[in-house]
Amino acid sequence: MAIRPTRYFPFGDSALVVEIGDVIDLEVNAKVLALDQAITQSKIFGIQECVPTYRSLLIRYNPLKTTYEELVFQIRNLEGSIQEVTVEERETKEIVVPVVYGGKYGPDLKYVAEIHGLTEEEVVRIHSAKRYRVYMIGFIAGFPYLGVVDDEIATPRLKTPRIRVPEGAVGIAEKQTGIYPREAPGGWRIIGRTPMKLFNPSRHPPSLLKPGDIVKFKPITEREFRALKAKQ
Amino acid sequence: MKLFHVLKPGAFTIVQDLGRYGYLRYGVPVSGAMDTFSHVTANLLVANHPNDATLEITLLGPELESLAETEIAITGANLSPKINKTNAPMWRTVRIKKGDILSFGTPQNGCRAYLAVRGGINVPEVLGSRSTYTRGGFGGINGRPLRAGDTIYGFNKTESLSVKLEMPRELVPEYPKEYVVRVILGPQAESFTKEGIETFFSSVYTITTESDRMGYRLDGPSIEHVDKADIVSDAILPGAVQVPESGKPIIMMRDAQTTGGYTKIAVVTTPDLSLLAQAKPGNTIKFVKTSLAEARSHLIEFHRKLNTIKTKFLKKP
Repeated sequence: MAIRPTRYFPFGDSALVVEIGDVIDLEVNAKVLALDQAITQSKIFGIQECVPTYRSLLIRYNPLKTTYEELVFQIRNLEGSIQEVTVEERETKEIVVPVVYGGKYGPDLKYVAEIHGLTEEEVVRIHSAKRYRVYMIGFIAGFPYLGVVDDEIATPRLKTPRIRVPEGAVGIAEKQTGIYPREAPGGWRIIGRTPMKLFNPSRHPPSLLKPGDIVKFKPITEREFRALKAKQ
Repeated sequence: MKLFHVLKPGAFTIVQDLGRYGYLRYGVPVSGAMDTFSHVTANLLVANHPNDATLEITLLGPELESLAETEIAITGANLSPKINKTNAPMWRTVRIKKGDILSFGTPQNGCRAYLAVRGGINVPEVLGSRSTYTRGGFGGINGRPLRAGDTIYGFNKTESLSVKLEMPRELVPEYPKEYVVRVILGPQAESFTKEGIETFFSSVYTITTESDRMGYRLDGPSIEHVDKADIVSDAILPGAVQVPESGKPIIMMRDAQTTGGYTKIAVVTTPDLSLLAQAKPGNTIKFVKTSLAEARSHLIEFHRKLNTIKTKFLKKP
């Protein structure tokens, strides 16, 4: 059972963590998001913002207006009312992300294929066949943690991270897949690249994706990639 | 209104306000001035709002030519500020004229100075803040530190201050070489052995050169985990003390990433994190355990002090 009794921890003097579980699990994440929504709607006095993750919710509060104990009491009350919420009840959207796989766009595709005894085409087919859930946004602004990747293509991170992973790179790390919204250092196995812009600080909200959304990858050719990129 | 022409940018000079809140869920760090106390005080000394943008100046300061007649205040680290090559006073209102050259010399103590200008620095707000987030490339001046040739703009303020303000000497902080930092245990204190927690609180850690606005990497005795150092990623805020497999702690600072997969042994209190902005590589840190209740009273005290500075103690020199 992935869901255990909820645990509360202080996070410094101005935040607390509501821990639903300690694993990557659909049910755990769905409860995190349901609690996030319930707290946002409840407008509990003193709460400033919530940060949903795979398995917990961080709550930033104003300690001059409320206390840790007061908030734990109020959130425990709320928690009871959301036990039955399912994933489908949340407002989610499905986004198709075009990806050019392999070659210079996906330098690790060959490796991923080789260690699993597959062809590159098979890896692409498996990676793009699944509908992935956005479990959380983190690491760098707009970076979606997507899951879960089939065991057939799940691959550990690079031993030594690359100094530069380009904007739009699509990678695999164990059973997670993700997209780099901006050039950054990183250790994920890069299998392709999307021309899609995932993060734009002058847009509201700045991130194209939010936790709970569904992502489906669509293989495209290099030519289509360049055409889509030119359109931006 | 043009305020300054940047002759030399300094080592790392950036525009900061109190930070970018409300976007952590999209992976956007809070950013903001590392030393909240000095940033707010600098603003108060020129009768600004505490959230107005200042320049955060790290160790080697810039050289700026004034393009307007205005009032400035410099607080935080003493980086030997000068106006037209003459030592400029800190922690008080200073009038400058068009053509004056503001420069900095040898760092005397601390790490980060704050330069506030009457009316605040005028850069576009990005996601509700003027703070520069260099790794994300947004906020401040095009998401980057100052460059030679930049023009820094302000807001038109016709009325100048009728009085000069000065911080009373007893309220000017001192920056030690050895920092004592209060922390609240958790959220993953359970991931460490009893011995590990003891090591954390009984050892002296040194700030390494791998330290910046994202985090301070510390060197010192390794902190023992019960089992493993990795967790399924959860949220991070500035102040979190991560302990990766090496056992050497990393204090996350204002530009910290929003999520991470290392165990967090404790979180530094807000007032002490502000003071840590002045710690440099080579300085040492000793962690002290504090309770939620104690931390809350310290925080109330911190805000009360700033409020007192605002309402009572800012007096004519």
